[in-house]
This record gives sequence, structure tokens and C-alpha cells, in this order.
Amino acid sequence: MTDLSLERRITFDRDRVLSWLQSYGVYAAIVVLVAIDTALSPRFFTLQNARVQLFQAVPVLLVALGMALVIGTEGIDLSVGAVIALAAALIPIMIGHGLVLTIVVVLIAGGVSGTIGGSMVAFARVQPIVATLALMIGLRGFAVIINGASAKPVNNQFIDDLGVKNWFGVPEMAFLAALVVAIVAFVVRRSTFGRQLMAIGDNRAASELSGTPVRRVLVLVYVICGILSAIAGILIVGHGAEADPSGAGLLYELSAITAVVVGGTPLSGGKVKVVGTVAGAIFMQLVQATLIQHNVKNSWSQIIEAIIICFAVYAARGRSGR
Amino acid sequence: MENVLEVDHVVKRFPGVVALDRVSFSLQPGEVHALVGENGAGKSTLIKVMTGVYKADAGEVRYAGKPVAFDSPSAAQQAGISTIYQEVNLVPLMSVARNLYLNREPRRFGLIDSRRMRQQARGVLRQFGVDVNVSRPLRSLGLGAQQMVAIARAVQIDARVVIMDEPTSSLEKREVETLFRVIKQLREAGIAIVYVSHRLDELYKICDRVTVMRDGVVVGGGLDMRGLDRLRLVSMMLGRDVVDVKRHGVTAFDADHEIEGEPVLRVRGLTRRHQLHNISLDIRPGEVVGLGGLLGSGRSETARAIVGALGLDSGTVEVDGAVVRRRSTAASIKAGAVMLPEDRKAEGIIPNLSVRENIVLAALPRLSKFGLVSRAKQDEIVDFFIKRLRIKASSPDQHVGELSGGNQQKVLLARWMCLHPKVLLLDEPTRGIDVGAKAEVQGHIDDLAREGLGVLLISSELDELVEGSDRVLVLKDGHVIGHLAGDDVSEENLMEVLAAGPGAGDDIDD
Repeated sequence: MTDLSLERRITFDRDRVLSWLQSYGVYAAIVVLVAIDTALSPRFFTLQNARVQLFQAVPVLLVALGMALVIGTEGIDLSVGAVIALAAALIPIMIGHGLVLTIVVVLIAGGVSGTIGGSMVAFARVQPIVATLALMIGLRGFAVIINGASAKPVNNQFIDDLGVKNWFGVPEMAFLAALVVAIVAFVVRRSTFGRQLMAIGDNRAASELSGTPVRRVLVLVYVICGILSAIAGILIVGHGAEADPSGAGLLYELSAITAVVVGGTPLSGGKVKVVGTVAGAIFMQLVQATLIQHNVKNSWSQIIEAIIICFAVYAARGRSGR
Repeated sequence: MENVLEVDHVVKRFPGVVALDRVSFSLQPGEVHALVGENGAGKSTLIKVMTGVYKADAGEVRYAGKPVAFDSPSAAQQAGISTIYQEVNLVPLMSVARNLYLNREPRRFGLIDSRRMRQQARGVLRQFGVDVNVSRPLRSLGLGAQQMVAIARAVQIDARVVIMDEPTSSLEKREVETLFRVIKQLREAGIAIVYVSHRLDELYKICDRVTVMRDGVVVGGGLDMRGLDRLRLVSMMLGRDVVDVKRHGVTAFDADHEIEGEPVLRVRGLTRRHQLHNISLDIRPGEVVGLGGLLGSGRSETARAIVGALGLDSGTVEVDGAVVRRRSTAASIKAGAVMLPEDRKAEGIIPNLSVRENIVLAALPRLSKFGLVSRAKQDEIVDFFIKRLRIKASSPDQHVGELSGGNQQKVLLARWMCLHPKVLLLDEPTRGIDVGAKAEVQGHIDDLAREGLGVLLISSELDELVEGSDRVLVLKDGHVIGHLAGDDVSEENLMEVLAAGPGAGDDIDD
């Protein structure tokens, strides 16, 4: 008997540690990493460096917020990188017709992509990974078809500024990101839609029997994810002052999923950690920056990222996977 | 004759429940032994102990005279105990022959000898009355044929014991006959068969002996099927002594309700292939209509069909005089008919959301303005129902998954009550909740009827059904086979209808 109760206590403690790590580990990890970096290099803790990191992290963050909502419904969206490519293809074509029209068209394109993916998931009940994989392949092909596989320069003042300029020493795009984070957090915590989204992710059958408009909510979630990816596309084009339909947004789906998972949102749905996702995106950016700063080879940094992902997923599974 | 498999005073506990309480069971070679009991009786736990899925906490399992404790189902299978589950668990995309010989393929030079495998498979299957192209993928076969392949596979592995868990639940009539022929062949070959089913007709047709379980104990062990009266069998399964049915006040239900006015629910001709056959019923305001029947008789399906959660081939549902045209749960809720599902965990609660969010889930569309919910309005409703139903939670923020079964059920009841529905369909509302909470839930059902709701009550517990209902419809195989009203609503009468001989529902259509 004593053996048994001892064993139970140990596993219980392990569960608690893992649960804590899943919820708050990413914040602790950021603190530790910043401390190490500051100790190793005095130049790390400067505004200049913070700006450099933000320019990289913000587009991933926007995509990751959309991804977090999709994952909250027990789904996944692999098409986000391709939506960025579509934005990159559309901007040079549209920009001659005016800035506002360009942005509207790009956002609509993201929304349409989300509608297609979401409809496949909600109405045809295709698995999210399959539906959005098809979209990912098809959209990138479409992007290259409409605007070629090479980079085009983009010389629009507003878009380029959005990608590189600062307000009060902080990148313009960071203000935009803060606004989006606030809106998404509000939607998740306060709105009817947020409740329904999490109910669907936690128990779809029960949600359906309770009269929740499951299909409408699902489509809308993918639409939001598509629009946020399109915004990220505009920022990326602005940052480079060029648009490359074949290269823009490559592997962004993986960075976004990583940020969401590292931020403590379980892949099994039913929960969305907005602030955690922000921290996840910043943490992954810091890891990459740290490794680059210390001249670690890219191949090694990939392995380190992989280990971080495995650990985050393990922490998530250890608690809920049994 | 020596028993091939013996279970001796086995105890199996799960946190909070004793699933098997000193259960004994014996199986002789060449017999078909029925294992029956309602949900939660412990049949599947017993099967799992016999096949190595669970380990017994106490007691012994003996196979061919020797004590055994299988580590896994495959160890049991290797020793000669094969199990065929309700859902065929083979590999649907592989060929029929591959499935039949999976993991023991005939080999030549270390490779699979496909030609020989196909030849043997054809021969084996023909014995089982299955004449198909064995190169086709398994899933292209009908369910019955797939089941037959599963059985053939089980027997091929030199099985001495074959356990069949509701093998006929997905079979057509003709396929059932083939299955019975195969079972007879197996019996003649000296193989022992454990046959789990709720269909009385089948039990009397094919089984030699029967063991009846209820609430984790054996209430009738190894009884001879031929000497057993149907009524007696039913009464054992349901836990009601034939002579002792006149007890009163067992449940918290009050006497009759005041029933008046036009039907608030009018259901006509619900039909769904293989499941529901022309089911019609009316419920008037203030009336509790019970739906009786054994497991698998179509009670839950009827309730699900009424609220649009199950597709129909034909039939209409009218709530408060208006036909519900769109077949969806949302449309049904809007019309005023809601259902408390049977499986609370899988279809009721949203475990990781709070008590508050679970209660207002269905009311969200009504409470929202511009997509936002007023917290004050929400709290008002939640507080009201937590008090009225006496839901025990540390706070409205507690996750529903952490509550006891009874309190979860009250949360679900509150979810519907805050919509002020006209018709409430309750599928096993007190299953799996403790005695105190059960009485409370029954009291609430009574109150709701008194307030003028129409209630449909499904319950496997006879006392609950009889004392809670003003009228009872009895279902069998998706047909309405009986109707009790007024003083006729008694456990005795209900059991008599349930035990009615074969064919009671067969001649209505098909």
C-alpha cells in the first residue's frame, strides 16, 4: 500500500510540474534566456536590438494568433504561409490602383482562403490538416501563376514604412500587433464567439447538441486566421520592400504552430492562450537570435528548436494525454 | 464435463465503484453461454478480465484448469480465447485474405505466399457461408460479411473460447441466420462461445445457458435456457422480482400531474432504416411520457431524432403546433424542444469550461448583443440555477469536469431550463449519479412537469419509469409494441410487454 501511495504522489507532482510548465514555462524561459544573453553580451539588452527582434517576431505573432484560434477548435491551418505568398503576389499587381484598394483586396484574399479551408472542415468534414494542406499547395501555386516566381520591388511609402519605420522608437508594426493582440484577447475572453469556439474544441458533439452554430463558428475561425496571415504578408513585403510569391512566408505555418504550442495552447483544443502565444512567438525569435549571435550553425539551431518543440508538446501531453 | 474457462470470485474495483463483486462464471466446451445485463451491469468488465485487458483485484481466472492472468488481449488470443467486438476491428483497407491471415501469413522463402494464402482463405470463408473475392479490400464487404471474416479469423487461431459482444447489432436478418449456422458448427466442434446480446429472441434461439449480471454481481449464474421463463429473465436483468413489484415510494416522483390542452409535442411516423419504424407519439403540457424498452430498442434514437440530432428517412415533428422544418438541433431548440443526452461525458458537458459557461452555453445566442454577453445577466441566471438546483461547485468558475456526476447532470439541466423550453427530452437522466442527487433530479423533473412542460422520460430503471411517467410507450427493435396508461402503468405490466414473445414487433413492416 505504501508503495502505491508513494508512486501516486510522485506522478501527481510530475503532473503538477508539467502543468505549471505548460502554462507558465514560456515566461520563465524568456526571463532565463534574456538573462543569459545579457550576461554574455552587453549589447543584447538595447533598444536597437529589441527593434531588430520585433521586426522578425511580429509577422509570426500575427499568424500565430490566428493559428491559436484554429487550434482552439481542435484544428490546424497549414495554409497560412501560402496566404502570405498570395499577399506578396497581389501587392505589386494592385498597388498601381491605390493603397487602400490594395490592402482591401489582400485582406479579402486572405478571407476567401479561410472561407475555402473552413468550409471544407465545417461542411465537408475534411480533417483540418488535409483541407489546409491542399490549400497550402494550391494557393502558393496560384500566387506564382498570377505574379511569377521572382521577387518584385515594392515602392509604396506606406507599406515600406510599415515594414521598417518606428514610432517613438518602437516599430510601427509592433503597435499594430499590440492592437491585434488586444482584440483577439478580448474576443477569446469576452465574446460569445470565443465561448463557442472553445466549447467546440473541447467537445464538438456536446456543442452541436446544445445548438451552437458549430459550422458558422468554424468557418469564421479559419477566415480570421486567413485575414491575419494576409496582414502578416503585407508586413513581410514592407519589411523587405519586395514581393516574392515563391519565397514569401515559406515555413511560416511551422513557426506559427511552434509559437502556439510553446505558448501553452494544447493541440487538443478547448483552450486558447493569447498572451502565451505572444510569449511563444517572442521566445522562439529570441532563441533564433541568440543562436545566430553566437554563430551557431543553422543546422544546429534547427535541432535546438526541435528539442524545444518536443519539450513543449511533452509538457502538454503529460497532463492531458492520459 | 471439465470447464474450459472459469472465473472464480473475481473482484474488480475502479476508483469509486466496484465493477465486479465476487463474480463467478464457468464455461464448458461446446456450449453457447449467454451473458446478459443492462448497461453498467459489469458484462464488459468481466469480458475484459477474461481476455487480459484488466487484471482482477481478487479472485482467479482458470483456463483449461490452470490459473491464468493474461498480460494483454493478444496473450489471451494466443492461448485460445478470441474476442469479436461489436465494431469489427480488422484492417479495412487490406484484402480479405490478408485480414484473415494477418500476422500468421503462409510463407515461402521468408516472403508471404499470396497465392496459397488466397486459396486457403477462399476455402475457409466458404465454410462460413461467405463467397467473396478474397483479394478485395475488407471494407468493400458488407458489415455482416466483415463480421464473418472476423469470426473466421478468430476460429482459425485455434480458438477454444470465442467471445462475441453483440455480434448481431449491425447484421441483417439473413446474415444473422448465417451467423447462427456458424455458431452451431463451432459448438459441434467443441468450441465454447460466450454470447453477449440484449435480444431475447436470439438468446432463446441459440444459447444453452445464461448468466445474468446486474450492478457488478451475478444474479443468475449458468441457468439452463430452456427452463427459464422470459418474464423471469427480464425481471432478473432489470432487478425487479416478479412478485415484488408493488413497492411504492422508491423514487422521489410525486403522484400524477395535471395534464391539459393540446399536445405540445406531436411526433408522426419517425422512420430511419434499421433503427426506427413509424414511431408516433404525443406529449401534452404537464405530461411525463415514459419511453420503455430494453437496450437497443430505439429509445435514444427516438429522442435524438425528435430534436434533429439524428437524420430521418421520413416523419414529422411538431412543437407547440408548428412543424419543425429544418432538421437541426439549433432549429429544435429554437422551437422549444431540447434533449438531455444519455452520455453525459461524451455529449453533454464541456469539461474544461466553467460551470458558468456550461450553463449559459445554449443560451448564448439569446443573451448576446453584438456578439458580447453581459456578465451581469449571465451571473444572474447562473446564480439562480445554482441555487434552485442546488449545484455543488466551489464557485461558478470551477471546471465542470471536476464535478460529481450528479452535479454535472444538474448543470446540464440548468443549461436547458434557462431557455424555458416547452418540451424536455430526458435520456437516462439519473444514470450514474448517487442516490441523493438522483432523488433531487427526479424532484426537478416533477417540478418542471408541474410548471407545464411536456417531458419525455427514458430510463432503464423500471421504478423510475413507472413512477415518473403518466403514460409509457414501449419500444422494441425500433417499433412501438405497447402503450400503458393510467392504472396500467406498473412494473408488472411493463415487464410483460418487454418479455412478449418473438414477432411482437416484426409484423408491422419489413
